[in-house]
Amino acid sequence: MGKTLFEKVWDAHVVTEIAGGPSVLYIDKHLVHEVTSPQAFGGLEKRGIGLFRLDRTVATADHNVPTKDQNLPIKEILSRQQVDKLTENCKKFGVTLYGLGHPYQGIVHVIGPELGITLPGMTIVCGDSHTSTHGAFGSIAFGIGTSEVEQVMATQCLMQSKAKTMRINIDGKLGKGVSSKDIILFIISKISAAGGTGYFVEYAGSAIRALSMEARMTICNMSIEMGARGGIIAPDQTTFDYVKGREFAPKGAKYDEAVAYWKTLQTDADAKFDKEYKWSAEEITPMITYGTNPGMGIGIAEPIPTEASMEESNRATFHKALEYMDFKAGEKLIGKTVNYVFIGSCTNSRIEDLREVAAFLKGKKKAANINAYIIPGSKQVEKQAQEEGIDKILAEAGFELREPGCSACLGMNEDKIPKGEYCVSTSNRNFEGRQGPGARTLLASPLTAAATAVAGKIVDVRGVLI
Amino acid sequence: MEKFTTIVSKAVPLPIEEVDTDQIIPARFLKATTKDGFGNNLFRDWRYDDKDQPKADFILNDASYKGSKILVAGKNFGCGSSREHAAWALTDYGFKVVVSSFFADIFRNNSLNNGLLPVQVSQDFLNTIFEKEKADKQVELKVDLVAQTIEIVGTDLKESFEINNYKKTCMINGYDDIDYLLSIKDKIEDYEKTSKYLHIVS
Ligand code: SF4
Repeated sequence: MGKTLFEKVWDAHVVTEIAGGPSVLYIDKHLVHEVTSPQAFGGLEKRGIGLFRLDRTVATADHNVPTKDQNLPIKEILSRQQVDKLTENCKKFGVTLYGLGHPYQGIVHVIGPELGITLPGMTIVCGDSHTSTHGAFGSIAFGIGTSEVEQVMATQCLMQSKAKTMRINIDGKLGKGVSSKDIILFIISKISAAGGTGYFVEYAGSAIRALSMEARMTICNMSIEMGARGGIIAPDQTTFDYVKGREFAPKGAKYDEAVAYWKTLQTDADAKFDKEYKWSAEEITPMITYGTNPGMGIGIAEPIPTEASMEESNRATFHKALEYMDFKAGEKLIGKTVNYVFIGSCTNSRIEDLREVAAFLKGKKKAANINAYIIPGSKQVEKQAQEEGIDKILAEAGFELREPGCSACLGMNEDKIPKGEYCVSTSNRNFEGRQGPGARTLLASPLTAAATAVAGKIVDVRGVLI
Repeated sequence: MEKFTTIVSKAVPLPIEEVDTDQIIPARFLKATTKDGFGNNLFRDWRYDDKDQPKADFILNDASYKGSKILVAGKNFGCGSSREHAAWALTDYGFKVVVSSFFADIFRNNSLNNGLLPVQVSQDFLNTIFEKEKADKQVELKVDLVAQTIEIVGTDLKESFEINNYKKTCMINGYDDIDYLLSIKDKIEDYEKTSKYLHIVS
């Protein structure tokens, strides 16, 4: 029987197996950020050891950083201490750091791919659940806890049990105003926030193949939101072209050799998955979430479900979510006033996202009630946006392109959504309080977020696109 | 890591599903650079109001559960972020076991790496625990890692649970993965030398 793509990459990285237990998996790249690393560095220190493979480790500061005046010291004391601690640890241990002020700084899952640190066929980990993003290149990429961060620092290996395999096929052509963010919100709404637990998910089908690398990253990014260990997409010409010429990607003959290998990273025709789903792209409309987990998504023109449509065991959670969001079962979201819009995060803060938003906003003005955060994913994205004049288009529409970081994706830095306010967000989590205590998040695509910002209320982007 | 064999304790019932790690420990409390003190902010926004006053209706503020070492929660516990701080907050508060009918992957690993035992039971057994708890707050659970069983003390209600053999040995003996990995460094170096692919993606 043939192998799945996941199995091929996995098998190439097994150092040894423990009878009846996990495998020891070799890790090609370890990405580090300020929040989940201090205790791991502390652990190494206690053991009196250093990093096993410094050349496979890269760090950046993203979660705590302000998105204005990054040249000034961080105002919030604890945030500053954590970022300073990272700088201090990287210096002490010799780890490459793209910290604040560095031209490569940015959200960890944005900089890996854009610098060519992320490559097909790799194993990549980071103390952050959205490491699944890097699976878009055909690599096994997943989030780990701090104890595991310490393991990888110390040995470049992890003890891992092999996940089950799932394939999700999306065939066909996406409709007007429908993007990869809608695909993934659609999938999660179908299989629930726990539906992927225990699985590594391969996304396949003609609709996925047609996507750009950045759009593929958006999909893999949210694999964790259905509980999956990670997501993976077979590398193809789109992937090879994206990787070519990037800072740390192989060059010349080495690139050709790599591509020849990467071409073998396809699921064999006779490989078997533990679970398989299939949807057609035509079924998917712009999506939005109404509740407090990413599985609570609906087509934007659809009403919020009613209790009757729900299994008994899900009703309590459903009620609690609606109460928190102050929505009613059965009502529609279109036309609801929203005062905040967040365009950013490792899900949707790449140059294509900004281009799409700018193209939509050109010649329009934001509604008076809207407060918006538009945050590039990295310094490089910021620079590119400026070169393309995107910052000016945004300014003319009444917005400001800020500096890179996680920003209002999570309530850890200065950018927070106030209590009780609704925010249409291009990020990946709508948990209670995720964007600040009491904040109410509605996840959607960059296009839906931009359209909401112009209207001052939730709109179906299909109705406003020319 | 502390050794773990058997625990008998009252259990705190939290019959909520999809408890995500942002609820267990909100992001604004992740700024510490050590592992200590997270217990104070466990379930912060459910436990305290805007003025930092305990909310009377949240279960951890019910004095009858003081000292309890077992938390019993609805399905898909620990979903969301990979923050190990969630496991640290639970252990720092004093929990040694979390019982649920389903655990999120990363949370399960993080727990096992910190001597916090995730015990996955059937939905029926979970409901039974919640019912017994409702009738009597003093009900105790017994979790036996060696035998891989969980029982409601004083009844014949008992279920066995699964745990990876390797992880079980680690917990019983108080070892962690890193000790093991450090002991096989030669093998790791051999892999680096012989891997067919490593040089391509390096
Ligand atoms: S942007 Fe949000 S989801 Fe992504 S790494 Fe930062 S905090 Fe995590």
